[in-house]
Amino acid sequence: MHQQDFFHQALVYLLAAVVSVPIAKRLGFGSVLGYLLAGIIIGPFVLGLIGSEGEDVMHFAEFGVVMMLLLIGLELKPNLLWQMRKSIFGLGGLQLLLTTAVIGGVVILLGTSPTEGLAIGLMLGLSSTAIVLQTLAEKGLMKQAAGQASFSVLLFQDMAVIPILALLPLLAGHELEGAAAHTEVRQLAGIPITGWFQVVLIIGVITGIVLVGRYLAQFIFRVIARTGLREIFTATALLMIIAIAIVMDLVGLSPALGAFLAGVVLANNEYRHEIEADIEPFKGLLLGLFFISVGASINFSLLWQSPGLIVGLLFGLIGIKFLVLFVLGRFFGLNYGQNTLFSFALAQGGEFAFVLVAFSMEKGVIAGSMADMILMVVALSMAVTPLLLLMNDKVIQPLVIRTKNEPEHDRIEESDNPVIIAGFGRFGVVLGRFLIANGIKATILDDNPDNIEVLRKFGFKVYYGDASRPDLLKAAGCENASVMVVAVDDKQKSLQIIDLVQRTYPQLKILVRAVDMDHTYELLKRGIDGFERDTFESSLKLAVRALTQLGYQNYQAHRLAHTFRQHNHMVVRELFKHHGEDEKKYLSQTKKYASDLEELFRAELEDTSHHSDHSWDVESLREEIREIYAEKDKKD
Amino acid sequence: MSAQNKVLIQLYHPLFHKSRVNRELIRAIDNLDGVRIRLMYDLYPDLHIDIEEEQHLLEEHDIIVWQHPFYWYSSPSLLKEWIDVVLQHGFAYGREGKALVGKKVITSITSGGRRDVYQEGGLRKYTIRQLLAPFEQTVRLCNMLYLPPFVVHGTHMLDIKAIIEAAQEYRRMIIALRDGTISPGELSAFEYTNDYFI
Repeated sequence: MHQQDFFHQALVYLLAAVVSVPIAKRLGFGSVLGYLLAGIIIGPFVLGLIGSEGEDVMHFAEFGVVMMLLLIGLELKPNLLWQMRKSIFGLGGLQLLLTTAVIGGVVILLGTSPTEGLAIGLMLGLSSTAIVLQTLAEKGLMKQAAGQASFSVLLFQDMAVIPILALLPLLAGHELEGAAAHTEVRQLAGIPITGWFQVVLIIGVITGIVLVGRYLAQFIFRVIARTGLREIFTATALLMIIAIAIVMDLVGLSPALGAFLAGVVLANNEYRHEIEADIEPFKGLLLGLFFISVGASINFSLLWQSPGLIVGLLFGLIGIKFLVLFVLGRFFGLNYGQNTLFSFALAQGGEFAFVLVAFSMEKGVIAGSMADMILMVVALSMAVTPLLLLMNDKVIQPLVIRTKNEPEHDRIEESDNPVIIAGFGRFGVVLGRFLIANGIKATILDDNPDNIEVLRKFGFKVYYGDASRPDLLKAAGCENASVMVVAVDDKQKSLQIIDLVQRTYPQLKILVRAVDMDHTYELLKRGIDGFERDTFESSLKLAVRALTQLGYQNYQAHRLAHTFRQHNHMVVRELFKHHGEDEKKYLSQTKKYASDLEELFRAELEDTSHHSDHSWDVESLREEIREIYAEKDKKD
Repeated sequence: MSAQNKVLIQLYHPLFHKSRVNRELIRAIDNLDGVRIRLMYDLYPDLHIDIEEEQHLLEEHDIIVWQHPFYWYSSPSLLKEWIDVVLQHGFAYGREGKALVGKKVITSITSGGRRDVYQEGGLRKYTIRQLLAPFEQTVRLCNMLYLPPFVVHGTHMLDIKAIIEAAQEYRRMIIALRDGTISPGELSAFEYTNDYFI
């Protein structure tokens, strides 16, 4: 491709996305529908800005799905995945089986051959991982029962693609030998990857991913992080994904599945948040590109030729899939509200259908005209999914909730820590140790890889990353935490984090390590929930020790320090009131308070009748009693 | 009625989060008009009392309630510290110390032992009134009136129903003191202020 072509295309795609997505979001349609509409508009049937190369773009952009599955894997600890096994294999397996049977049956009744019927059933039984997960995540529904169930089904489908690809050539019957000769068999070092060799390779690759992810990744990311170069860290993360995709593809597995597996293995890695934050924008853009190309691929001329038929097939497809899902959802214990969401979410055809249709045509399982029809219906069903979910949201859910009034009890929550500590250096570490000693769980963010290494040795849960980045704060669980401790020593960074947290998570209480007077004023201005000067207390404690060395009674020295602390507290707040007024006045106030403090100190040193000393050692009482006795003596 | 007495409740309880009875007592009088509750251990976690603030509050109120569990036949240590540092010569007592004249003080205590063990012939030998003598004498020296104490006995054995009953009794008493519907003269005939309400 010429460079100019490339820029031209990039301009068209980006412009379409930038214009249509914000509008769609504004209208409450969600980003997926925005991208799809953008694709239709720039596609061959409206503006014609992109033509047949759209399909290449689609294949390239499918890589976004791989990245999405890595991100999903990162969110999912292995034990959580194990808890979902019933739902993945039970719900997912039955969904594919029943949907294939019903759709296949209907298609056969409409007059296709049994093998064609089975092939079409398998293709249309799959749903769109990209559309469903993106839409659910955008609406924040992934942690709800419907989100978890949808995810289980999609994960099973992802795994099922491999056996389906193996099964399709067999359906071509006697043409098998001829067709098989055309398919290229991948080779490794001259040996064709088939049969037992393939099985061994698959096991080897999966074991490799698990071992590398578990034992080597930590070390690699640490070394990379220590260079302090953000872009190299990003490059490493991308390299990892692409390597996984290539290896998985080589042995004939789905790259998405490999990425998902890698994500699960890395879920306990301390660089998890950072990897997440780095991959996220790439995933978003690629998925956007994918949705645009789906929109552009809709063949409207076919729709104009036989609108009745296409619309009928579209409703038939969605209707059948919805009913099967609904029955299964009910069977697996979803309540009505969650079940309608689940059933609408997965009622479309998926991107795998594009692959399977092309593959089946090649193998001669289905005819070309039928293939076009299927592609058309699948693309349309993907495009209407956001609309269906919108309708479910606005019309059906209120109805269900009103009639059933079921509580939303079935959320699967991750155990989010109540405290987040940003900055785990000399200051944060004491605070963190104290909290952990009292059984309070804290998520710790720090951008010094050397700290992390040491602290992990002592069993702390420390994540690497710059806490002034919005995506990292989100990933650390700011939404569910109750207290944020900002313990970084960089004033600017500290204020950046505070501003960000106050803007985004107003419910979060903020406690801050104050570095100096200037920083203190900035903190007072922001009205945070509490701060401590980082050196004040320890300095004062040592001062008390100094006094006792000079011969002061320990308790007296302790009380003097207390008085000093209270006075200092007052002085800081008084000074703050004048801070920002004219410079001269501020300076004179500073001088005034300095002399105040000096006066107070002198008074305390000279006058032994300290305020609370007065309660115990009272010269006035002695005088009074002497006088009383003197008067008595006079009388006698 | 604007002639209400202002009531200051000082709760001295170092383990308030584990308290069964005192928490109910506080809950029963929370949000009463003219009644201010101060959780002293919460205000002074390092036992360093703000003398000026405490004296100022004493001047503002007419009735002071020392509410606490009965520890070692006396109060938790913070109340003793408070008495030591806040009731200063020249403020609370002495020729010039007239700031508290005529105010009333009542002790409100919770005790694990039943009332019958705190009898002269009983297991503990002394009565509650005898054991509280230092507090009564302190109040007298400051020219204040010491009212008979409010006592919840046998707290280990009380079920939640009995605790809530005691709390309601406490509420009635605090309201009566606030509104001045009982006079100190009437009360002086009783060993406990509780007895007046039976």
